[in-house]
Amino acid sequence: MSRIIVITSGKGGVGKTTTSAALSMGLAQRGHRTVVIDFDVGLRNLDLIMGCERRVVYDFVNVINHEANLNQALIRDKRCDNLYVLPASQTRDKEALTKEGVGRVLDELSQSYDFIVCDSPAGIEHGATMAMYYADDAVVVTNPEVSSVRDSDRMLGILSSKSRRAETNAEPIREHLLLTRYDVPRVESGEMLSVKDVQDILSLDLLGIIPESKAVLTASNAGVPVILDRESDAGQAYADAVSRYLGEEVPHRFMTAEKKGFFNRLFRG
Amino acid sequence: MAVNFRSSAGEAPPAFELKAAGFTLPVIRLLNGDMEALAEQIGVKVEQAPDFFRHTPVVIDLGGFPEGGAVEFPLLVGLLRGYGMIPFGVRGGTKTQNAAAEAMELAILGDAYLRPGKAAPASEPAPETPRRGLPTFTLVTRPVRSGQEIYAAGGDLSVVASVSSGAEVAADGNIHIYGCLRGRALAGNRGNADARIFCQDLQAELVSVAGHYRISENIPADLRGVPVQVFLDQKVLRIEKI
Repeated sequence: MSRIIVITSGKGGVGKTTTSAALSMGLAQRGHRTVVIDFDVGLRNLDLIMGCERRVVYDFVNVINHEANLNQALIRDKRCDNLYVLPASQTRDKEALTKEGVGRVLDELSQSYDFIVCDSPAGIEHGATMAMYYADDAVVVTNPEVSSVRDSDRMLGILSSKSRRAETNAEPIREHLLLTRYDVPRVESGEMLSVKDVQDILSLDLLGIIPESKAVLTASNAGVPVILDRESDAGQAYADAVSRYLGEEVPHRFMTAEKKGFFNRLFRG
Repeated sequence: MAVNFRSSAGEAPPAFELKAAGFTLPVIRLLNGDMEALAEQIGVKVEQAPDFFRHTPVVIDLGGFPEGGAVEFPLLVGLLRGYGMIPFGVRGGTKTQNAAAEAMELAILGDAYLRPGKAAPASEPAPETPRRGLPTFTLVTRPVRSGQEIYAAGGDLSVVASVSSGAEVAADGNIHIYGCLRGRALAGNRGNADARIFCQDLQAELVSVAGHYRISENIPADLRGVPVQVFLDQKVLRIEKI
């Protein structure tokens, strides 16, 4: 039984694609056959983050339009045999995603994959609704600031009313909160919302806290999902999130300043 | 000067005349109760000719509305006003629909233009009775998210979760919120002044009972974040700790 996971947020620039790349790589590394789909037609980015931009021949829209079959469009990841990427089309727009077409592709993929990760575009328009329509799970990526939290809340409302599960009165989509770009010093100084603030507002299961980290940008530029950088805090945080998604109990990290920071302040004071 | 004015007031020239006049007004003919579709389609129309609709009185025609269907007047009126129109009257509605319209202070206009087939009052009381006999009750167990609207027509609404900022819950009766109210809550939506709002944690953007409302800015700080009830006392909206 495959599961379809949508990575969504409403707001742009919060880390959806970074998260899609990291989670799909994490799931694949644990031995699950995983495919990650870029739904951001016209603003394709996932291929860059996954480092497969030079190998794109056919794309998602080609498959929907029967111009290519799935095997021609899927790109196997060079670092992990269990992971495939289905890139978005850069030359079309989001209207090319039809409900029937997307459904057919997801149906076909679910025959042979354990997890289908859908990287949603920003916004709540057609592309985003297509990405979430067939989802079983949703990872709502949120930054600790008010506008991101409100947009996530809006997206959660759409998830609970406009998805296939909602329309067929099936069991609702399982919703998870992933807090990204969490900057402990700024939270402690009151500039950013805390984990508790965000959870109070969104009342969601917390999948993970990804600390603000230079490693993310470095990894993106290099086309390496940040989860592969095991030295980095962000990479470890994503690995924790994958474990939690798979049902393991892992305590949350990166919620408070590291010891070093504490001593620093002590000595400075 | 003041004395002069007063002494002349008795024999003042007539201040008004009563006359009849006919006006040509835009009529919005509702074809179904899908407010979302209506909002979208009216939005498009208004965009094409914003000046035409600005401050324009409009009449709502229910001649084509499904018989016995409930019209969400509060939503409808709010929607039209939002686009700058002044909805002031209804025509062609059933008894129930007219009563709902009157609760929103809309005028009931004559049926002179009605299709003869529509004016069959004998068939109307039938669908009306069960609705009155069984006050509906709506229960919401999941958080009401930003952008969502929930309307409990004809009865009470209970929300066993939070109402997010940017969300709106409304009921013809009372509203009970067992989480945090951050959005808007409108009780007594059809003019029931006895309706109340109860909530565990008030951080609302707006609370309203029977059209008397208060926005966030006018809610005292000591009533925020505590369990409260909101009710009308002599037409004044009051918020009290419970």
